[in-house]
Amino acid sequence: MKYITEYRDAALVKGVIEEIRRTVTRPWTMMEICGGQTHAIVRHGLDQLLPPEIELVHGPGCPVCVTPLELIDKALAIAARPDVIFCSYGDMLRVPGSGRDLFSVKAQGGDVRVVYSPLDAVQIAQQNPDKQVVFFAIGFETTAPPNVMSVLQAQRLGLTNYSILVSHVRVPPAIHAILSSPDSRVQGFLLAGHVCAVMGYHEYPSLAEKFKVPMVVTGFEPLDIVQGILQTVQLLEANKVEAGNAYARAVTFDGNQPAQKTIQKVFMECDRKWRGIGMIPMSGWCLRPEFDAFNAEKRFDVEAITADESPLCIAGQILQGLKKPHQCSAFGTVCSPEHPLGATMVSSEGACAAYYKYGRIEMKDSVES
Amino acid sequence: MSDETVNIEGAVCAPPLPHNEQIVMGHGAGGRMTHHLIQKSFLPAFDNTALRAGDDAAALEPKAGLQLSISTDAHVVSPLFFPGGDIGRLAVCGTVNDVAMLGATPLYLTAGFILEEGLSIETLQRVLDSMKASAQEANVQVVAGDTKVVQKGKADGLYITTAGVGLVRPNLKIGGAQAKPGDVVILSGSIGDHGIAVLGARGELGFQSSIQSDVAPLNHLIDAMLDASNNVHVLRDPTRGGLGTTLNEIASQSNVGIVLNEETIPVHPEVNAACEMLGFDPLYIANEGKLIAMVAHEDADAVLKAMRATCYGEEAVIIGEVTAEPRGRVLMKTAIGSQRVVDMLAGEMLPRIC
Repeated sequence: MKYITEYRDAALVKGVIEEIRRTVTRPWTMMEICGGQTHAIVRHGLDQLLPPEIELVHGPGCPVCVTPLELIDKALAIAARPDVIFCSYGDMLRVPGSGRDLFSVKAQGGDVRVVYSPLDAVQIAQQNPDKQVVFFAIGFETTAPPNVMSVLQAQRLGLTNYSILVSHVRVPPAIHAILSSPDSRVQGFLLAGHVCAVMGYHEYPSLAEKFKVPMVVTGFEPLDIVQGILQTVQLLEANKVEAGNAYARAVTFDGNQPAQKTIQKVFMECDRKWRGIGMIPMSGWCLRPEFDAFNAEKRFDVEAITADESPLCIAGQILQGLKKPHQCSAFGTVCSPEHPLGATMVSSEGACAAYYKYGRIEMKDSVES
Repeated sequence: MSDETVNIEGAVCAPPLPHNEQIVMGHGAGGRMTHHLIQKSFLPAFDNTALRAGDDAAALEPKAGLQLSISTDAHVVSPLFFPGGDIGRLAVCGTVNDVAMLGATPLYLTAGFILEEGLSIETLQRVLDSMKASAQEANVQVVAGDTKVVQKGKADGLYITTAGVGLVRPNLKIGGAQAKPGDVVILSGSIGDHGIAVLGARGELGFQSSIQSDVAPLNHLIDAMLDASNNVHVLRDPTRGGLGTTLNEIASQSNVGIVLNEETIPVHPEVNAACEMLGFDPLYIANEGKLIAMVAHEDADAVLKAMRATCYGEEAVIIGEVTAEPRGRVLMKTAIGSQRVVDMLAGEMLPRIC
């Protein structure tokens, strides 16, 4: 496949990895921000091919993961209403809220539909004037342009039955928060290529300078990723602090300016809670007041719904290495992978989930013996 | 958790809920949720040796030495007609293939129809014509049937359940539990065609494609393979859940490892492109005219040659091997020289956000 196959060429990828091996002289820890990159690294097994000095840590760039519990509960409340057609990107359907998910709402008769683009949701609103159509507008900067376009399109069409439930987050405040933590081990960042295709990377040189951490815009194919790692290693080894670009075929310094202007027209910056992480100031986007008519939270009066991760959960301390999972009173009792209280229990990659699995084997063995 | 200091390492996706109380779409996707449903609900209700074997069909022995292969399959595809096939061809081929996967010659089918009030007779006739043609191609007879009509809105046009019976070739022991370390893994052709063709026909791709479903009866292909070798150990068609899920089933049933070579797995460029755009993995897309075979290493060439001489096996290729370890797991050597685990599909496959 053109523009894909070339970037999965084994010989080219191995050549760049060889170059990384030649360049690296000491251990470096770098974070790939984007969940798409994490997925590509695991799918292609890139981490196995890197020299042992390079440690990749996985960042928070998974919009599905970080959408806060209360937004999901609001989505569930809206989707369950008989007058609503609730439209969502597919992978939000299986994310659990407080006790159920969108699949459950659908099975109980809620009209929940997967769409590939928010403009499809606008079309559904046109075709169903007697229904309220709500689109779950989540994501990072990448999905912001189509999401705001759907609002502008609905406005242009004079639709009064279309609204969006917004949970948008932005990368630069997240990086700021990560690097502000006294326990951060991250020495370099692979910036999210798709986010930068929209926003450019003009927001990052000042961040890099402030925290003395190099950052390199990185794509998603194996060759893109190892190229991003190589450039980051080169900067680290040369003790240079700058924001570089290893994804020039898609990303410019200033980014897609018409898209940015459109986002600014509809969205404004706001505080946003990240699931499993907590509040990060001005880390999100929400609808400007002049677009209240398209704001599902106001239309359906769900602003009062609040949900917090369990106060029993000590994921924050566990993630900083201050406590071990089995030192948590909820561990393995009220908190398990089937009924997680926090982000660290919700995936096989999380520390609590790994401990749970190991502990369970131990428990089973001791019972059998 | 503390809000004062932030450490984002390790923030990860929440897993799906277990859904034990009601049927959700994922229960029909052929992956882990389907397996749990079978294990927890269907197996306890109908438990017997043949069912517990967990193969595509049940081998029954009504009298010593005579083995019957029996299987049943319900078909609920939307739309009823799609590029390369329709629900009628699917209903015949699906059951013919399941029956044949034990090394049996399919002989007879039954067909139960649930028709929605208002379905046009012309549509029904087209489906029946297609069933007739497919049955002729597979050389099976539809010998019994039943029709029920449900009220408008209670079904999606037309559902067909078929059951099939065939005679197992003598002196064969083919099944999901028979894979042996050293066997080669053969795939009869490209993967993902059916699933993507149906998605395209639903208008869900957002773009047009020329992809045709691969739905086809595979019993003649299997005959050719079994004529060529007595050492075919496993035959299975990777339908719902796709190649990845089916190989996991076999690895688990046979208690062996399976190691695949990514580069050798054939995927049509259009299917690959559709998957790249939607965030799907061809390994988990449904096929309706492909089979996987585990064959003793020494017979691999003879079996491949026989397969390639048939019309549904022309693209047959070796995609990996059966290993002793790691038991119950499927591994893949990636094109760039690393290795990863290929897991089962969990619930429904969902398009990603970006």
